[in-house]
Amino acid sequence: MTEFLQHVVNGVSLGTIYALIALGYTMVYGVLKLINFAHGDVYMASAFAGFYVASALGVRDDPTIGKALLVFLGAMAAAAALGFAIERFAYRPLRDRPRLTALITAIGVSFLLEYGFQLPSLQAQGRTFEEVLRGWGWGVPGWLHALVGALPADFPPGPTPRFFPEPFTRVDWTVLGGVHVSNYDLVSFLVAVGFMLVLQWIVYRTRFGRAMRAVSFDPRVAGLMGIPVNRVISLTFVLGSVLAAVAALLVAGSRPRIDPIMGLMPGLKAFVAAVFGGIGNVPGAMLGGIVLGLAEEMVAGYMVSSFRDGIAFAILILVLLLRPEGLLGRVTVEKV
Amino acid sequence: MSGAGEPVLEARGVTMRFGGLTALGGFDLALRPGELVGLIGPNGAGKTTAFNALTGVYAPSEGEVRVCGQRANGLRPHRICALGVARTFQNVRLFKELTAFDNVRIACHAGSRSGFTSAWLLTPTHDAEERRIAERADAFLAVMELSHRRDELARNLPYGEQRRLEIARALATGPRVLCLDEPAAGMNASEKVALLELIRTVRDRFSLAILVIEHDMRLVLGVSERVLVLDHGVTIAHGRPEEVRRDPKVIEAYLGDGKLKLRPPRAGGGAG
Amino acid sequence: MGRARLVLRSVAPFLLSLPVLWLLQRASPPDVSIVLVSIAVNVILAVSLNVVNGFTGQFSIGHAAFMAVGAYTAALLTTGLADVQLLGLGEGASDGVIFLLALVAGMASASLAGLAVGIPSLRLRGDYLAIVTLGFGEIIRVVIENTRALGQATGISGLPAHTNVIWAGMGVVATVVMARRLLLSTQGRALLAIREDEVAAEAMGVDTVGWKVRAFVISAAFAGLAGALLVHKIQLVTPRMFTFVKSMEVVVMVVLGGMGSITGSIVAATVLTVALEWLRGLDQYRMVIFSMLLIVLMLTRPTGIFGTREIWEAVPRWLRRRGGAA
Repeated sequence: MTEFLQHVVNGVSLGTIYALIALGYTMVYGVLKLINFAHGDVYMASAFAGFYVASALGVRDDPTIGKALLVFLGAMAAAAALGFAIERFAYRPLRDRPRLTALITAIGVSFLLEYGFQLPSLQAQGRTFEEVLRGWGWGVPGWLHALVGALPADFPPGPTPRFFPEPFTRVDWTVLGGVHVSNYDLVSFLVAVGFMLVLQWIVYRTRFGRAMRAVSFDPRVAGLMGIPVNRVISLTFVLGSVLAAVAALLVAGSRPRIDPIMGLMPGLKAFVAAVFGGIGNVPGAMLGGIVLGLAEEMVAGYMVSSFRDGIAFAILILVLLLRPEGLLGRVTVEKV
Repeated sequence: MSGAGEPVLEARGVTMRFGGLTALGGFDLALRPGELVGLIGPNGAGKTTAFNALTGVYAPSEGEVRVCGQRANGLRPHRICALGVARTFQNVRLFKELTAFDNVRIACHAGSRSGFTSAWLLTPTHDAEERRIAERADAFLAVMELSHRRDELARNLPYGEQRRLEIARALATGPRVLCLDEPAAGMNASEKVALLELIRTVRDRFSLAILVIEHDMRLVLGVSERVLVLDHGVTIAHGRPEEVRRDPKVIEAYLGDGKLKLRPPRAGGGAG
Repeated sequence: MGRARLVLRSVAPFLLSLPVLWLLQRASPPDVSIVLVSIAVNVILAVSLNVVNGFTGQFSIGHAAFMAVGAYTAALLTTGLADVQLLGLGEGASDGVIFLLALVAGMASASLAGLAVGIPSLRLRGDYLAIVTLGFGEIIRVVIENTRALGQATGISGLPAHTNVIWAGMGVVATVVMARRLLLSTQGRALLAIREDEVAAEAMGVDTVGWKVRAFVISAAFAGLAGALLVHKIQLVTPRMFTFVKSMEVVVMVVLGGMGSITGSIVAATVLTVALEWLRGLDQYRMVIFSMLLIVLMLTRPTGIFGTREIWEAVPRWLRRRGGAA
């Protein structure tokens, strides 16, 4: 029984993370009818952004709550900027094109981020930006120089993993006769749920949320009704990316190992969660995330643990074959 | 000429429900060989829904559809086509990037005896089939007076010709019943008259039963032998054109009951 | 036409290519030969994927998995029958026959895989179909990685080096002939109709699901051929050769060439193979450049180089009216 409860605790903990990431997929699919393949990589990039901020602030040697908050904000800001940029430059021009074109572009962006982050930084190559410029022989505009200067010397991080510093000391408790819970689990759960509640409020109780839902029903008509469709879509991307950043940081606390392809599996699983709950459906994504987290924990705990990743694929295929609209999704009938 | 023999297309109590909405309720139809029946009604009355239920695009929520006596509920559209029902669409659905010839040729393919393998091996059967299909396609293009457009891409055709091509394509499937969904939409008066004459000729030449959805009441009343009127999914009138035209329920459906008062225009101008 | 002439017309492309390929084989030093084989393999992959993505308008992004199935099947046969010598044939001829059997077996098993993936998936549309093909692709790869009999992650090595320019070239001829004859036939037009408007095609009597599955199976079979040919050149087969990235490479080739254009697939596959080879020296930057090119391509010219046009459509009409064969 304790073992079961432990799995439940772990599963819910894992599930909230998947839910946060899944929300990004589902919101973007809702407004753009696009599967944002690059979302998992925004999650990854936020983890690194947080890492760089933490390094700059010296969190490893002197962790404080203030610094932890700054790390959070830094990662969220980076994610927001990245999400915004991807939508603006890679997806918006393809708004009226067939969906396959946008899908392929999304895959391209995903690859770009994954492989881009695996490139060796100038620091790793033992060169400096000045050297490279001299080698090229031509001048570089001041803003570009400043931009490169602002980037961490260690960027891109290259394929070797980094280790996220602990934002606060880990404390473990044993409750209910044998179930292990740590303060990380608690904070993670509370923060995740908190953000989900905020999102729920935004989507269902604000004008912006209504605009989002209008755009997800029919972007053209929404535009004709005076809704600034482009702005709504941009903000949707920003929201989704920020949630991914939150997820990344919550994970980095307890699983500190970060590397450029860390977004692949969580991204895929979160996507499955979104589809399971009904892609485009916000409560569905949350539900899907929790269910997937629990399923994965149960399979890993009671069956073969190496099938942990496989369960996501299996659920995906089953859902798509049996009920493609997901648990809470609506069946759409094509008007002939 | 018309009305003899067993019905080629029947609907008994066909009902279509989408979620909570009943788009079509208790639709009945018995279409006999050679008949030309009109299906009219205001926008959103359920006419295309009825077509879709009859041609297998939707499976009826209730009721029965029969083609030449055979039960056709829940059959996929291509099977219903094989049974002898062909249709055109409200928004012309041609294969845009293909030529007029190809558009018609594809409709001839069902019933072709050669498959992939003979296509690859270039067997004599394949050659003979391709020749037969080509002749057939050319013949139907000629019937609809589109031979001069044979190698033109469907999307480059003028609108009226696109509609005729859609009919040629439907005819090429060798149907017993032809269902035309607003075939004259977007045409001017003389084009409409010419089209309907063409339809009558086609009916006679190929011994078809024809069901036409048409928005233009006067037009369809002039050419059909029988008319069904739908409103909000329900058949509100059924009979000969002269009777239907004078039916007060039909008039009300199209023009409203007069209770909605429009505000009189303001003295200084501006929309009322 | 007489019987003999008919048969001749049917096999003409193969007969005509044989001497050309033989000369090419003799004239190529080993390092050129391997590039030619790589090009051939990618051409087969691109043209076969085009049948599903281009002709039929479906989203299949798990093509590498069918390659894997064909590759492993053929590898098992050639390694298993390595010491077998067929009666009455010299060693070379015997090996040749066994290799042919292995290729055919590879195609057969790949088409079964295509059937297994296609039947459940092809009821789905667009994005969903893409995801399912991706999922199945990954599942097949993961299954291979966990099967001891297939060598798991290390794969099978020491495969006989049967593939040469002649074999690979004939594979290309077979694929291109298949695609072209299919495209020109009325059945092939049905696939195009499905791409153009599935609802209308279905209403005109085309069994859309059946044809989509058929296209999928054919495409998978030729992917299997490509896989089998490739591994018998590099003499090694591992699961890492058949990842999602490989599938995407083939998708890029098809999109770059123009979905629906056989000529386009051939040209794009050739160009991309050479480019990727040339970029190999750039190590990590290779994939970054590849992804940037992909994005730029999608943003600027998603219809590809050729769109849906073919090189033989440039031939004057009177030639075309003589009948659509060979």
